[in-house]
Amino acid sequence: MKITREEVEHVARLSRLALEETEIDTLTGQMDQLLDYVEKLNDLDTEGSVPTAHAVPMENAFRADEIKPSIGLERALQNAPQSEESCFVVPKIIE
Amino acid sequence: MHSRYEVVIGLEVHVQLTTKTKIFCGCSTAFGQHPNSQTCPVCLGLPGALPVLNQQVVEYAIRAGLATNCQIAPRSIFARKNYFYPDLPKGYQISQFELPITEHGWLDIDQEAGEKKRIGITRIHMEEDAGKLLHGGNSGSRVDLNRACTPLLEVVSEPDMRSADEAIEYLKQLHQIVVYLGICDGNLEEGSFRCDANVSLRPFGQAELGTRAELKNINSFRFIKQAIEYEVERQAELLDDGGKVVQETRLFDADTGVSRSMRSKEEAHDYRYFPDPDLVPLVVDEAWIARVRAELPEMPLVKRQRYVEQFELPDYDAGVLSAERGVAEYFEALVDLHAQPKICSNWVMGEVMRALNDNESTIVDCPVSPELLAGLLKRIDDNTISNKIAKTVFDEIWQTGKSADQVIEEKGLKQVSDSGAIEALLNEIIAANMGQFEELKAGKDKLTGFFVGQVMKLSKGKANPGMVNQLIQKKLSE
Repeated sequence: MKITREEVEHVARLSRLALEETEIDTLTGQMDQLLDYVEKLNDLDTEGSVPTAHAVPMENAFRADEIKPSIGLERALQNAPQSEESCFVVPKIIE
Repeated sequence: MHSRYEVVIGLEVHVQLTTKTKIFCGCSTAFGQHPNSQTCPVCLGLPGALPVLNQQVVEYAIRAGLATNCQIAPRSIFARKNYFYPDLPKGYQISQFELPITEHGWLDIDQEAGEKKRIGITRIHMEEDAGKLLHGGNSGSRVDLNRACTPLLEVVSEPDMRSADEAIEYLKQLHQIVVYLGICDGNLEEGSFRCDANVSLRPFGQAELGTRAELKNINSFRFIKQAIEYEVERQAELLDDGGKVVQETRLFDADTGVSRSMRSKEEAHDYRYFPDPDLVPLVVDEAWIARVRAELPEMPLVKRQRYVEQFELPDYDAGVLSAERGVAEYFEALVDLHAQPKICSNWVMGEVMRALNDNESTIVDCPVSPELLAGLLKRIDDNTISNKIAKTVFDEIWQTGKSADQVIEEKGLKQVSDSGAIEALLNEIIAANMGQFEELKAGKDKLTGFFVGQVMKLSKGKANPGMVNQLIQKKLSE
């Protein structure tokens, strides 16, 4: 096994996913297969190859430092489940 | 301070850049605007929106790297730092992890007895800021995303500092550098320069580092010092009692001078960084680096050295004049017009700074330009006015923006260097103070000052004091 049930639970918690017990079993199996598959790369000699950071062979996409109009308060908030005094409202953060 | 333990401090500083727009979108970065008015699909983290890198941010990062003796990476990439918090709409922060833009630098800080100590800079990387959480609403916490996606440089030091004082020296120097470079406004209160301190203790002689606590987001040099000192005491007591330091984030409360635990770091550190597929790699070639290097301003420490060597100023003057870029530029412009560096230095450090303080103004807004001040210094130099009158003239120039010559003319402040006129005043004073004059004649030299003072007073400060002195000596020898 490349991945344990505990690791799957841990990753699910980090991703804020509430998984059923049976889903955890299924996912553990599937993720194990994925890791198995990716492990094939270890058969290759990658010594001296630069790790690929991007699928497209391109670099330096820039924009100039020029202000573009923002979309405006109303449109920014229009999809918010809750808003108040120009702000998004989220469940109270307790520190 | 506990001497059993060695204090180890590493600092992470977030430098907010003064670009006009955010790092990945064209929204304005202006401070203090109406909540959420400076937002767009990119900085709101709406699905499908794509970030595009602001070239000016790269330019500023290269500047910062070169000014802190870092190596600029020919190729760097952006990464996603994944965590959930309501001020981070995408659920990840775009930052740099592997392959940051610049690494392996250092700064030399001053220590007592004029010693220098080298503090390593691990890396400087580019990233976006999060939004702002406002607490205290009835229904929940409020989120303002104007600050989301504002460009930051995170400057990470090596754990090379051994006291709160060293940490402050390092911070002050870094602050001076980023302000000099024109890449940060340096405003600590508005959060343009924020510091996290990693503090740990270890017994002297132990090579391995102790467990560290991270002090978050402290926004003044004074509080940083207090927070570090408090943390050192806290950990020392804990260790003395046979306890263990827990790796955690602590929040310092400046009002009570006490810090409290915010969250345990163990889970929070699981950020699952990976290269952001929305952004292509960044390639910086030698020509770009060379151009930025050529355009770097002279840095404060170099300036300070030059002022001592070229202008023969005392190190103290050189330090004060070079501390702020605006002041240094003012001073240099003044010396160009009036080639007497020490006199220029005295005036800038004296009258100019006093007036700026009194008027809560800054050098950039100083109404007495180097040209106007040079005009005034010329009139002291050619004895048209005394130093004392010059201060009055300076205040008048400050108020009216008129030239020194205009003020002197209008107010009739021209120094009296006509020996006949001064002698007449002196005779008047001697006649009124015959007793003292006899004492002076008898050898009580201290009284010379009294007579000079009286003549100056009678002339309303306009008599040439050197000439008054000469005339007194002449009278005595008669």
